[in-house]
Amino acid sequence: MLDLLKGFVQTVQDFFLLAGRAIGNVFRGPHYWDDVALQMDAIGVGSLPIVVLTGFFSGAVMALQMSRALAQYGQVGQTGKIVAISLVRELGPDLTALMVAGRNSSGMASELGSMKVTEQIDAMRALGTDPIQKLVTPRLLATAIMLPLLTIVADFVGIFAGWVISIAFLTLTSRQYWSSSWRALDWSDVAQGLIKPFVFAFVVALIGCFYGLRTTGGTQGVGRSTTQAMMFASVIIFILTYFITQIFVYTTQI
Amino acid sequence: MPDPAEPVLRFEDVSVAFDDVVALSHISFQAYEGESRVILGAAGSGKTILLKTALGLIRPASGRVYIFGKDITTMRERELAGTRSRIGMLFQESALFDSLTIEENVAYPLQNHKAIRCPREELHARVQEALNFVELGSTLEKFPADLSGGMRRRAAIARAVVTNPPLILYDSPTAGLDPITAYTIMALLIKERDVARTTTLVVTYRYQDGNLMANFRYNSDKGGLEPARNGSRPHLPTTFMVLQEGRMIFEGDQDLLEASRDPYISKFVKPRDSHEETH
Repeated sequence: MLDLLKGFVQTVQDFFLLAGRAIGNVFRGPHYWDDVALQMDAIGVGSLPIVVLTGFFSGAVMALQMSRALAQYGQVGQTGKIVAISLVRELGPDLTALMVAGRNSSGMASELGSMKVTEQIDAMRALGTDPIQKLVTPRLLATAIMLPLLTIVADFVGIFAGWVISIAFLTLTSRQYWSSSWRALDWSDVAQGLIKPFVFAFVVALIGCFYGLRTTGGTQGVGRSTTQAMMFASVIIFILTYFITQIFVYTTQI
Repeated sequence: MPDPAEPVLRFEDVSVAFDDVVALSHISFQAYEGESRVILGAAGSGKTILLKTALGLIRPASGRVYIFGKDITTMRERELAGTRSRIGMLFQESALFDSLTIEENVAYPLQNHKAIRCPREELHARVQEALNFVELGSTLEKFPADLSGGMRRRAAIARAVVTNPPLILYDSPTAGLDPITAYTIMALLIKERDVARTTTLVVTYRYQDGNLMANFRYNSDKGGLEPARNGSRPHLPTTFMVLQEGRMIFEGDQDLLEASRDPYISKFVKPRDSHEETH
């Protein structure tokens, strides 16, 4: 039991050491901007299709479900408001981060894991580069820039999908939908909706790289790291979103 | 300039352990400039760990490692980079970067070692030269996955020697290769050793490799290997070391090695005549 706890504490400590060095490297040269650009393309542009799809259908399903609930009170006109608030505050950031975690945390873990087991990480050190500076920091920077942007796209596409549903099935007018959703949003919602993906970016990138770099045991180990990275990244995203929301609930008045 | 009497690489009672498993136990030896060292041992005997410890990739649990007279055991990673820029390393599975072309792979140490900082306009010429050396001059644009195992190994040798390091470590250079390719690789190692006069450490489980190192030299006029007993390289001897489960059980020259009656050693060492015929 004590050993189990010791292992856990050790892992957490290793993670924060990696996180500290990766973040510290942002302010210290050498910078590998080519790698940052490459990762921004892989993470941002590469994730765009799935983010658009999940954004669209989550917006659409929110509109359908909420309009039914609101119909009981004769408030179908408020559909836009509900869709906008739930997407911008919660669903947009969470679903986008989950998608990117599924796609990129696991991708990073498997890429870095393969490099680890084929001694490429050692080779990198032997040839004069710090693997954290060269591999982890660019991924962290790229994710921290792209995830908030992807979230904005998901939010917009989701609200757009809500509008499609509203005018196609709910006999709302465009004006009704857009003005209620526009008026529903506060600056604190926007702040919350952008702080979340920024925080999740650290989870997605650092957990992916962390599990990748501690891979041992050949190709089987790579598989294990990939699964663990995706699993932990997803769970931690859910836990963090709760706490960030809690902070906003306390600090903003409704 | 370093003192010529100063060993290039010195291990002083070095032990390495992972968790509770001892990987290297009380290893001490010194390698002098121009010397060749062949480290024999079965899989899991600690050969690779020894090389990685020499490079500072693994930190010893106790003991000290000196390279070019400097103690690297307590150096920080950033300080180590300067020392590493003077050491070439061939990793067991080549360890070429999959995402880079062969040219970019070979250029990597030139671009990334702070101590080297090769000017951009010289880069291509030096990479080409290193690749010509390993006879892969026409593969610049290819990716490692496009090459055969032997070619990858040669490209990795080019990457190890491109910086003209005075000390080169080779981790199982012939592992997993057919006898003909293995001979080509060993010929390259000897060529590099004799042309650039590098201190060479070769880790291997094949005694033939050590035998080639000890008894052949590169003839630059003919462009091939020729027999040369230690007599023709008296000041540049080849020393053999045998590792067994992390302990060094033998250190000495080839004659001494072949005279050994240790059952573990005699598993590696075959009478010299039987395999000289193979090439």
